[in-house]
Amino acid sequence: MKELSLNILDVAENSVKAKASLIKITLTEKDNLFTIEIKDDGCGMSKEVLEGVTNPFYTTRTTRKVGLGLPLLKMAAEQTGGTMTIDSVSAIDNPENHGTVVNAVFYTDHIDFTPLGDVVATVTTLIQGHPEFDFIFNHIKPEGKISLDTRELKSVLEGVPLNSYDVIKWIKDYLNEQYENPINE
Amino acid sequence: MTVSSLTEKGFDALSLPFGEREIDGVYIGDLLSFVMGNCCADNIWITIMSNINVIAVASLTDVSCVLLAEGVTLDNEVLKEAKNKGINVLATKMTAYETAVYLSELLK
Repeated sequence: MKELSLNILDVAENSVKAKASLIKITLTEKDNLFTIEIKDDGCGMSKEVLEGVTNPFYTTRTTRKVGLGLPLLKMAAEQTGGTMTIDSVSAIDNPENHGTVVNAVFYTDHIDFTPLGDVVATVTTLIQGHPEFDFIFNHIKPEGKISLDTRELKSVLEGVPLNSYDVIKWIKDYLNEQYENPINE
Repeated sequence: MTVSSLTEKGFDALSLPFGEREIDGVYIGDLLSFVMGNCCADNIWITIMSNINVIAVASLTDVSCVLLAEGVTLDNEVLKEAKNKGINVLATKMTAYETAVYLSELLK
């Protein structure tokens, strides 16, 4: 993929499929490291499934035999000298506390580092496509932080769906404003 | 022209489960998502990428053959998967450009 934001979109869709209620996307920039963490409270995976997910010939899809979301993210990380790890607790093993965390580390000073691209579009696309889910987005940059929590929005919106045009436009503007002036705590 | 006939033209066969497949056109690319969207079935696909995802993309796009340029080879695990999934893989020391020029003559 030409932009990491597309990888993020692809992997976050896995959390949707895992019937998560809360999906947390955290991007962290520090020195020459860029980290993407996608954490959900979905149904999780068994050890056997977990072992297979970075193999592109493993997929939960029934429409085709190849799943490339995690394999491509892993490849994008590894081609910068970085790594990708996945931790998962299956709902069968632990009904109280389950979910999956995908963590990808990139070296930004490697020539094969793929730029992040339009992450605001990724976040708004996710919310627009799945307004019934909750998303927490945090982008921690050296100069400050960009954040969004749809649970807070929902409590203010009092039933107005997140995917209504005005709300999506507001989210887009809100994130873009923060990218212009990251919040420095 | 079939994939196996290329082995007589100086290309090394790494995996040749369906050597009788006909080649129709050539595609060159290393960005896998781009290849997925633009490469056509039966193309011969020239690339310098060699990880397991190449085999997956070859399977999805139904190319007639993956042609590894610039002396790139496959490690054993990837090679095994190529054979398992019925993906033809050839290799050459030529650059992608030289390979394309040569194929253009052969496919006339």
